[in-house]
Order: sequence, then C-alpha cells, then structure tokens
Amino acid sequence: MKFPVHTSPYGGLPNNVTRVMGEVLLALVPGIIALVYYFGWGVLINIVIAVITALAAEAGILRLRKRPVKPSLTDLSATVTAVLLAIALPPLLPWWMTILGVLFAIVMVKHLYGGLGYNPFNPAMAAYVLLLVSFPVAMTQWLPPQMLNEHPLTFTQTLAAIFGGGLPHDLTWDAITSATPLDAMREQLKMNKTISEIAQNPMWGDFGARGWEWVGNWFLLGGLFLLWRRIITWHIPFAMIAGLLLSSGLFWLFDAESMPFPGFHLFSGGMILGAFFIATDPVTASTTPKGRLIYGFLIGVTVFIIRSWGGYPDAVAFAVLLMNMAAPTIDYYTQPRVFGFRGKDNA
Amino acid sequence: MITHKPGSWDFHGGIHRPDKKSVSAGKFLGKVPLPEILVLPLQQHIGAMAEAIVEVGERVLKGQTIARVSEYIGAPIHAPTSGTVVCIEERPVPHPSGLSAPCIVLQTDGKDEWGELPEPLPYFDDMDPSLLRERIRWAGIVGLGGAAFPTSVKVNHGPDRPIQTLVINGAECEPYITCDDLLMREQADRVVEGIKVLLYVVDADECLIGIEDNKPEAIAAMREAVAESGLKDVQVVQVPTRYPMGGEKQLIKVLTGKEVPSHGIPSEIGVICVNVATAAAVTDAVMAGRPLLSRLVTVTGEGVNNPGNLEVPFGVFMSDVIAQAGGYSERAYKLILGGPMMGFSLGDDELPVTKGSNCLLVASRAEAPDPDKAMPCIRCGKCMDACPAQLLPQQLYWYAKARDFDKTQEYNLFDCIECGCCSWVCPSHIPLVQYYRFAKTETWAMEKEKRQAEDARRRHEARVERLERLERERKARLRQKKEALEKKTAAGGANPRKAAVEAAMKRVAEKKARQAQAEKNTEESS
Repeated sequence: MKFPVHTSPYGGLPNNVTRVMGEVLLALVPGIIALVYYFGWGVLINIVIAVITALAAEAGILRLRKRPVKPSLTDLSATVTAVLLAIALPPLLPWWMTILGVLFAIVMVKHLYGGLGYNPFNPAMAAYVLLLVSFPVAMTQWLPPQMLNEHPLTFTQTLAAIFGGGLPHDLTWDAITSATPLDAMREQLKMNKTISEIAQNPMWGDFGARGWEWVGNWFLLGGLFLLWRRIITWHIPFAMIAGLLLSSGLFWLFDAESMPFPGFHLFSGGMILGAFFIATDPVTASTTPKGRLIYGFLIGVTVFIIRSWGGYPDAVAFAVLLMNMAAPTIDYYTQPRVFGFRGKDNA
Repeated sequence: MITHKPGSWDFHGGIHRPDKKSVSAGKFLGKVPLPEILVLPLQQHIGAMAEAIVEVGERVLKGQTIARVSEYIGAPIHAPTSGTVVCIEERPVPHPSGLSAPCIVLQTDGKDEWGELPEPLPYFDDMDPSLLRERIRWAGIVGLGGAAFPTSVKVNHGPDRPIQTLVINGAECEPYITCDDLLMREQADRVVEGIKVLLYVVDADECLIGIEDNKPEAIAAMREAVAESGLKDVQVVQVPTRYPMGGEKQLIKVLTGKEVPSHGIPSEIGVICVNVATAAAVTDAVMAGRPLLSRLVTVTGEGVNNPGNLEVPFGVFMSDVIAQAGGYSERAYKLILGGPMMGFSLGDDELPVTKGSNCLLVASRAEAPDPDKAMPCIRCGKCMDACPAQLLPQQLYWYAKARDFDKTQEYNLFDCIECGCCSWVCPSHIPLVQYYRFAKTETWAMEKEKRQAEDARRRHEARVERLERLERERKARLRQKKEALEKKTAAGGANPRKAAVEAAMKRVAEKKARQAQAEKNTEESS
C-alpha cells in the first residue's frame, strides 16, 4: 500500500494565527465597551471605518504583491491593527484621518517592510504618531467622559460630526471637546499650578482621570484574559508598568506637588492598553524572556520621561516605537542559556 | 542546600498532547509468524554499516552472525531464523529519504533451527566487565528506544569517566507508543535482570528508572520486580508526563539534576542512559547467550483494525505486521514509523522492521492531516517557551531560512534535539524542525567541503613549496660550484685546464699573426 509523505510532527496543530489574533480582539471587547460608554458612539464608528479600510488595504496590497489574499485576510492581523489604532483615536476624528492612518499602517508600515511578521515598527502606533504630528489639533480634541459631558451627541449627530464635520447648530467644537487628562495635567503644570490645585478639577477620579481609569480597568481585564490564554506572557506588561511606576514614583516622592502620583500615570492615557495590547505585539517586541523585561521596563521609563518633559503627552506611542528600534539589539544581548551550557543554574 | 529527590528537577519547555496510549496499551497480539522472505538491512544502527559475511546460497541458522562490523561504532546482524541467503543487494529501507540500501535477503525454511550459541553467563559478576561488553557487542544490541546507538559503545565509558548513575529510560514520552510500557508490565523481571548486568558492567553507584506517570501499571510492576530482585540502590522514579521527558538529556536532568554538556555525552557527567527494552535485550545476551533477533513493536492508530503490540523478528515487512494487527481500516491514511512527534512517514509498507522500529502508527486523516500552508513567523516566542534545549527557535528559523549557517551555529543549532515541540506549538504552522534539519545538513556539507578545500589548499601549498625548495637547492648547488671555481681561480690561476686553454689561444693568435705577416710580406714582394 502507498501513502502520502510529509514531515513530523503529525497531528492537528493546536494553535494558529487566526486564533491568536481572534483572542486579542476578544480581549479588547470589555475595554471597547467601556470606551463607548464613556465617550460615545464615535469610538465604534472609528472602529468600523478603520476595519473596513484595513481589510480593503490589505487585500489590495496583497494583490499588488501577488500574494494569496484569503489566508492573510482571515488571519485577522490587519483587523487587530485597525482596532488598536481606532481605539486610540479621538472619538470625533474626521473620517478621512482615520482612513489615512489605517492606510499608512497597513501599506507603509506593514507591507512595505514585507507584511505580517516583518515590520520593525508597530503599525498602529506608527500611524497614531503620523496622525498626531500631522493633525495635532484634531488628534487632541477628545470628548469629556460621559459623566462630565454636558452635551452628549446622539448616534446620528456623531455620524454627522465624523463624516461632515458638522455639529448641531447650538454647539461649537470648543464646547463639546476637551483636552485629554494627560494634556490637561501638562498644561496646568506648565502654568505652575501644584498637583493639589490641579486635583480640584472634577476631571480627576479615584485613582486616575475620571472615566479613563475605568477604561483602563476593563482593558486590564482583557489583558489578564490574554495572560490566562497564554497569548502573551507577563514579562512585558509587568516590566512596563514597573518601569513607569518606579520612575514616576521616585520623582513623586521627591516632589509630590509638581510630579503626578504614579497611579495617575498608570490609569491615564494608553498605559494599560499599551502594556497589555500594544507593547506585547510579538512582531515588533523583544522575544527573549530577559529581553522582554528590559524592553518593557524601558518603555515604562520612556513613557514617564516623555510625559514629564516631552513635547507630546501621548507617550506610549513614542516609547513603543523607540523601543521597537532597540528590540533586535536587546534580543541579541539577552539570549538565554542553552541547555548543557554552564550557567548559574548548572554549576 | 535543598536536597532534591530524584525526579524533582525539571526541564524547560516541552508540550502536552493527548497521549493516545490507551489505543494499544497493555495489548499483546503475539509474535508475528515468520514470512517466507526476510529483508535485513546492513545498516540498522548508528555507526558503520555491517559487512555481510555470508554468501548467496549459503544456508544460515537462527542466531548466526550474518554481518559483522570492523569499526568500533557499529553492530553485527544475526539471522532471525534459519534459511538460505537469496541475495545481497540494495532494497528499499525505512529511511526518511525513501532510498535503498544494501540488505541481506533471507529465504526462511520454516524450521527455525538454532545455530550454535555462546554459553549463558549467569555468574557474570565474577567476570571481567570487558567480556560482558564483548557479549553485548556480539549480540548486536543497539538502543531500542528508536535511536539505535550501539549499546556496547555506550557502556564502554572508559576508566577516566566513573559512572555514578545508570538511568533506565522507561519514560516512553511519544504519544501512541506502548511497547516499552507492555515490556515493563509483563516482563519487568527481564528488564531488572538486564539492569543488574548493566550496573555491573558500568560500575554505577545507583540506578534510577524513570517512568512517566501515565503508566501506573508499568511503575507498579517495575517496583515489584526491583523489590523482589533485592537490588539496593535501584529506584523506580515516577516522572511527570510531558513530552519529551524520554529524551535522554531531559530524563537525566529530571532524575539527577545534571545537564549533559552541549556537544557532550552523558558519561561526561557520570551518567549512562539505557532504554528498558535495551536492558531486556542485555539479559537475553548475557543470561541466555541469545543475540538480538526481534523486538516489540507497537502497531496503532485509527488506521488499523486491531491495535496492539507485537513481537516482530527483524526483516519482516511492515505490511505483514499490520496484517497481524487486523489489517488496515478504511481510515488508514498515513504510515508513520516511530511516534507522531519524531517519527517519519513512509510512502510504502513493503519495508522491513529493523532494530530501531518501535512503532508503526497508521494514522487516519484526522490523526495526521496534511500540513497547512505555513504563515509568516510572528515572533510570538511560543517555540522558545516550548524548546527543551532552551534555544531560540525563532532566530534559528530566521537564519536557516536566510541560509546564514554561521549564525545558526552561533545560535547553537547543534543543540537542537529535533523533538518537534517548536513545530507543534507554532501558530503559523511553520515546519521549524525541517528548517533545522536542513541547516544541519547544509552545515555538514559545507564543513566537509571546507575540509576538502582545506586539504586541497594544503596539498597545493606543499607542492609549490616543494618545487620552490628543489629550485632553491638546485640554484644553491650551482652557486656553490661556481663559487668554488672562482675561489680556485682567485687562488693563483691554479687551474691547469684554463691555463692550457689560454696557452692554446695564445698560440693560435701568434700563429695567425705570423700568417698575416707572411701574407703581407708576399704581397709587398710581388
């Protein structure tokens, strides 16, 4: 009898890229629901625009590169990139900016470097930074969280704002948008206010900015799910948070009136999202265990430095991109001890 | 310091997958009847190929040595039954390449008549261990766990490497395979007897028998046999079920806490590791004077009707073995020799069972689906987490794919044991081990080429140098002669030949002058 031949191991393999990416998307759901709850329909509309654009861009460029389209579309990697970018964008961002960002992420950052697995930079973060430096005003016009928002927009009003730039006639952009808490903290510190004065503002909640802190918690839940499902390991999130808390804690201990409390750093902006979902992007992160700790820790420290003294408050994106560049070097110098080589646990 | 119990150490990585042992566990289907033709490959082991010492048409008896080895690393081959040598030629053999290799083809006569055997050595502990090694070598015993490394070489560790621990490998970590399990359950005494011999031969202080905890019957049987034997310092250790626990390096680490050095062998750290079936074969060789003629083979998978274990004489075709296990079911899709992690698939079943054939896995399409198209590596590091050698498979893959074989060596390619854990966990379904095998083969080829080029260069340089030397010597000789001559001349024209020549020349010149003068005179007077 004759049989077909192929190489070992034999058996249905337990894992695949679609499952990995699918579970990342699933883990994002609680945080996305929280974002929609606090910041309105715009979040969801951004996600839809981004995903459609990403899939179309992925399909188009794969065709141009003469690569099979279907396996790459169904691996969900483009979808993950799109969603990660979309939830980092202000809820009322004009539609074409979202599309521009996604196109940049998929076409330039991902495919021009060789596609999935070959890109040295995190596509979502690179696109975020592109939009931030190109459209600084639009990118910093956030909505206040739901409990502070005096003029919540309906679904159709949101659609109109995103696609037509029009607001209901009794409202102006200044009236409905506000700076992000990070931005506000920066501006007010610049005006030489003390932390205790700044904390009087109703935008601050129990341990971070109101609304934001809870978004962070829900993303944390998703992150723990990824840890439990072993999609990510603890190294990068732990080290990144440790780096941020240690550096911000140190300065806070010296000067609690001009340096925000470490908890504020942790639960504001994209820190939790970044620690569990963005810095852990395997393609662009360090891959050795020790390397992941160094990589995460340096991102955490860099986030603190950029937030405290940098030109933009949106530090996670910059810190991740900077460390993306360092990842290959970190990997090279942190190779684990190979079995049978002398080391400290094999004396 | 924390004192560890044997078996309380751990190895990095590894995988869990359904062990599928219950398909065939504990089932013995008897001995496969002798077919008319046996095909015995001359290479059934690691090392030098055996050389046939029988002739075509010669009648051989059961147990007779039909191929011997002259190299140190190798194992002889014996006739599994009596019969006539039909031919010695290239036949297809079970090898991943699917190529043919020299085989002795034996026509059985059905008499199963034993030839002359060496005497049993029941009082082996009065003998010189080297005689026992000689007996093990004569018996053609190789590692029966699948690697087929000659056991006589393994137990000849040399006086400068004292052995503390004899590790007996009963882990049987590959899914599906149950032949060692069956052996331990039903013939524990035979295994323990072999351990006794091996302990004496390698002069070890203790023996640790490692068995995965998914084989409670085997553990109980072995514990009982050890207790009955009265052997001190022999301990059955239950180890966790995790692939590749049965890898030599992994089991030694778990049992003793010691790591076999990179590019090294266990005896360097005072350990020798032998499979349970090998120990049983040692018993036969020493206690009964019988060579290795057959082995237990697991025949399993959804593709056979009656899975179980069979005693198979070497040289029997796999098709005959499978027929004995109820034949193929409708679901038979792939034939795998060995386990699903490290085995290889065969294109044909008309191939002989050899010493290393521990399992015939007839897999259904569900058990061994065709591989998916590989996706790009996303550098998730799952392979790294699973690698028992603590390598960075993602980097090795990257460099193997780029054919950068210096880099693959820098990342310790040759510490890869090809266990397949990385390929198993890879979400992108990249056949990683295949890349490493490729890189290893290329590196070997390159090194061979380099060696040859180096040799050629050295030969060329030697030749050029030789020619130059000869030339130099010739010139030196000439110069010496010349110098000697000049010296002589300088020392007062003491050269009679030269003086004679000069004198002659002078005379000729004078004569010419005279003649010229005479002609002139004649002209003037005319």
